[in-house]
Amino acid sequence: MFWNQKELACQEMVELVTDYLEGALSRAQRRRFEAHLAGCENCTEYLRQMRVTIRATGSLAAEDMTAQMREELTELYRRWRAEEE
Amino acid sequence: MYLGLIAAIVLPRRVRRGSAPADADGELVARLRAGEEDAFVALVARHNASMLRLASSLVPSRTLAEEVVQDTWVGVLRGLDGFAERSSFRTWLLRILVNRATTTGVRERRTIAVGDAGPVVDRARFDASGAWMSPPQHWVEESEERLLAQGLAGELNAALAALPDRQREVVMLRDVDGLSGQEVCAVLDISDANQRVLLHRGRSQLRQALEDELGGV
Repeated sequence: MFWNQKELACQEMVELVTDYLEGALSRAQRRRFEAHLAGCENCTEYLRQMRVTIRATGSLAAEDMTAQMREELTELYRRWRAEEE
Repeated sequence: MYLGLIAAIVLPRRVRRGSAPADADGELVARLRAGEEDAFVALVARHNASMLRLASSLVPSRTLAEEVVQDTWVGVLRGLDGFAERSSFRTWLLRILVNRATTTGVRERRTIAVGDAGPVVDRARFDASGAWMSPPQHWVEESEERLLAQGLAGELNAALAALPDRQREVVMLRDVDGLSGQEVCAVLDISDANQRVLLHRGRSQLRQALEDELGGV
């Protein structure tokens, strides 16, 4: 109970940030986390950067499939069909 | 606002890839069962890139990765009748891939190295009370252009490649391919708690890589 009241340190915050974003914190932990954020510009910035990092990672383009691989896989399908029949 | 701008420019591709995969896959799988080659080609187009990326993380060479991907498609065709649709097609497909990669003998199923247990941010950046002494540098606002510039993808890819295997696999599946945490647990056969730890360590290192690259602007 008492630990809930204790203020969260920045160093603890950076370790909890993924659990926070994943919705994996207990209600009490979440409250502490948000109370800390409300008063800490640096941690607010840190959280923002984590979000931007996640978005930037999501933007990494997939390598286009080579024509050769596409052909090989279509060929693989046709062979399989032929075996099935 | 800058977040919105970044999102507008970098997200469409992700949204396209991530939107309603289950439904579209379900329809394609039904058509594949009915023997439609087009449906196979469409499933390949949807999933091959993720498969190749994951396989490349699991086995040591590109050639082997391509073999694993081909083996996986063979496994999909052979196993189609047994696919119970209890899991999503994508989860089922990627599980087959992980199994193929493992059974090639190239990679043993590793015990889960959750990783060095050290902190994700250098201890020296905090004072004795745990407050920031060397706070995060502000790079988001100032570096918008560079974030959007071509070079950043190279930096991020390099940082991703430098992650320990399991962290890289979790981050790729979650943040590049857009799988849910639950799907990732099923694909890699890890617990939810481990998945979160790996994701946390991986993402934190990518953030640090961006700060190293863009900070102090």
